[in-house]
Amino acid sequence: MDLQEYFSLVFTDYTLRTITLGTAILGAVCGMLGSFAVLRKQSLLGDAISHAALPGIAIAFLITGAKDSNVLLIGALVSGLIGTFWIRGIISRTHLKSDTALGLILSIFFGFGMLLLTFIQKQPNANQAGLDKYLFGQAATLVESDVWLMAIVTGACLIVLLLFWKEFKILLFDADYTKTLGFNTKFIDILITVFIVLAIVLGLQTVGVVLMSAMLLAPAAAARQWTNSLGVMVFLAALFGAFAGVFGTAVSASQNNLSTGPVIVIVAGVFVLFSFIFSPSRGLLFKQIRFIKNRRDLQLHKTLAFMYHIAETHDDITHPHAVKILNNFQGFTRGTLQKLVTKNYVILIGNQWSLTQEGFKTAANLYNQQTSNNE
Amino acid sequence: MSNAQIEIQLIASLVAIACAIPGTFLVLRKMAMISDAISHSILPGIVIGFFITQDLNSPLLILLAALTGIITVILVEYIQKTGLVKEDTAIGLVFPTLFSIGVILIAKNANDVHLDVDAVLLGELAFAPFDRLMMAGMDVGPKSLWIIGSILIITIGLLFAFFKELKVSTFDAGLASALGFSPVIMHYGLMSVASVTTVGAFDAVGAILVVALMIAPAATAYLLTTDLKKMLTYAISFGVFSAISGYWVAHWLDASIAGSITTMLGLLFFVVYLFAPSKGLIAVIYREKRQRIEVSLLTFLLHLGNHKEEEERHVNHLNEHINWQKVRSKTVLELAIKNNMISIDKNIVSLTKKGKDFTTQAIDYIITNEDAQIEHMKDDFFLFRG
Repeated sequence: MDLQEYFSLVFTDYTLRTITLGTAILGAVCGMLGSFAVLRKQSLLGDAISHAALPGIAIAFLITGAKDSNVLLIGALVSGLIGTFWIRGIISRTHLKSDTALGLILSIFFGFGMLLLTFIQKQPNANQAGLDKYLFGQAATLVESDVWLMAIVTGACLIVLLLFWKEFKILLFDADYTKTLGFNTKFIDILITVFIVLAIVLGLQTVGVVLMSAMLLAPAAAARQWTNSLGVMVFLAALFGAFAGVFGTAVSASQNNLSTGPVIVIVAGVFVLFSFIFSPSRGLLFKQIRFIKNRRDLQLHKTLAFMYHIAETHDDITHPHAVKILNNFQGFTRGTLQKLVTKNYVILIGNQWSLTQEGFKTAANLYNQQTSNNE
Repeated sequence: MSNAQIEIQLIASLVAIACAIPGTFLVLRKMAMISDAISHSILPGIVIGFFITQDLNSPLLILLAALTGIITVILVEYIQKTGLVKEDTAIGLVFPTLFSIGVILIAKNANDVHLDVDAVLLGELAFAPFDRLMMAGMDVGPKSLWIIGSILIITIGLLFAFFKELKVSTFDAGLASALGFSPVIMHYGLMSVASVTTVGAFDAVGAILVVALMIAPAATAYLLTTDLKKMLTYAISFGVFSAISGYWVAHWLDASIAGSITTMLGLLFFVVYLFAPSKGLIAVIYREKRQRIEVSLLTFLLHLGNHKEEEERHVNHLNEHINWQKVRSKTVLELAIKNNMISIDKNIVSLTKKGKDFTTQAIDYIITNEDAQIEHMKDDFFLFRG
């Protein structure tokens, strides 16, 4: 199946439609909530939570003995929340730093989960196959009810976001001020954390424990490069996430042997790379261009200033001088001289240059900010 | 105990020691999450190395994979330096992407060979003794034992050779560079050791356990001591203890060895987290409660010192005036009496001489605001603590 075939089938084929919708919704909700995680400097929390959810899945299975994905997700949610709050407890109550707490909870919960999973595998009831899909995710196992669940959670998340938009925003950028204004910061904090955990748990089935953190971060990190406004960023992140979902599904469906999760992550990674390089205000490319332009401007200014100091010593400022004396001056090239000529600051006659009145005036005011510096 | 069992425990213990040493420094340098990133992103390195060498235990593969680990660190630092995103986001972006590339490489090319993601992430220690190293036709022991053994020897050698440099650059990077030890070389040296250890151990115990063995023993030890040498010793002993006890738990439950070693590490951390003498949760909560009462006592004494009128010093009035609950005012009053700071005469409270001294010094403390002094002062004055 190639990409074209995929897009013609996506509206008619049940499996393809379900998976595409599922990954798109997942991408959108992860993008939205991921923006908050990235801005709150909790990027790696997602990684820790997704690993911490594993024992919950195993315990839920051990208790109920059923493979109903909703029950397993509740287990994952509970254990993810326990992990999150334990991380907070470690950071606030001991002198261990956040990175240690994250790595600790992540590896310990995951190891415990693995212990339970292997324990389950040795149990006599052979109903357990498929639990390890939560490790690496299998989008192909999504069914319509899963997509509905995702849609409902996304809807709830959207409503809460709109309802508490002001609170979230102010907590994000100035937590102390929020507290002095009398908001219940603890409640807002817990609310947003619970939703982040919820989004991660939802994604486990699709992209798996290991790659979930990228799902949360990548769209948000890409969106961050294009805007400085929180609203736009959340919207863009949702858009990027949804696109990464659809695109990743399309690519993985069009090839054999490609699991959806990794492809989605790579697509999202490409988005990030593209944003890093090409975003107009923060991107590396334009930053480099601006940097070079600034350096040229500076060289031009320096040349002009140098000329000004020579011309200053003469009564007649338009007195011609040899180009040769500029030769040892750093930043001087034929190009910069030509540029000065086109700006009408300098007149060039043969091998002699002389400042014009206008050039003299600009040079005199070069460093007192009375002229605009856009050369 | 059979021969294989002893070998498994030996391998697990060696891995634990080899991980605890770089782990301690990672935890102290606040770079614990880098080990998680390395452990995931070595996957493409392992896959490419495997395509070249066709042997999971070849030294070339270990070097290639370790190189991927170092590339991860460089990439993270480069992204961070551009200032586009914060460090944690950079880590979170780099390793899943590299890991995805590894997964796709395996899926596309390695269907028919023995290399799957589960094996890399989770490892299977139980099989380690069956992969023997033959030297001149002689069976000299399991391959993993030799690999992790040589890595451990190199690590210990480096630790002894550069202990002073590591110590200084960990706690005071500025001083280290002023003394002429390049922090950059120390940083990348540590990263290289962490990478090589991760790669060397993944075959035996899996990448996730490596992370657990690096961070958990060091974090547990950090709760118990602030001395670097002691911390290293504690971390190593915690690691070895969990490795051996974890093996027996796995044996008993018939479950994954890596998983149960991690669980033992978790339990150990949990116990220390709760009960560590001065930094454990219980100790911290107890100390906070004591400090709260002592601050209340101070407020109470200051109030007494400021008021000569009898109605201001009546027991009931104090209750209402400073707005304390019954229980709290009772605790504070009792503490003050026990310490001979007040005397109560017909429900009128007055300061004793000792109480007055304490109040004066406390005011001095509040004005100069030097944190260290108040604890000494409390030691001088209190017979009983809150």
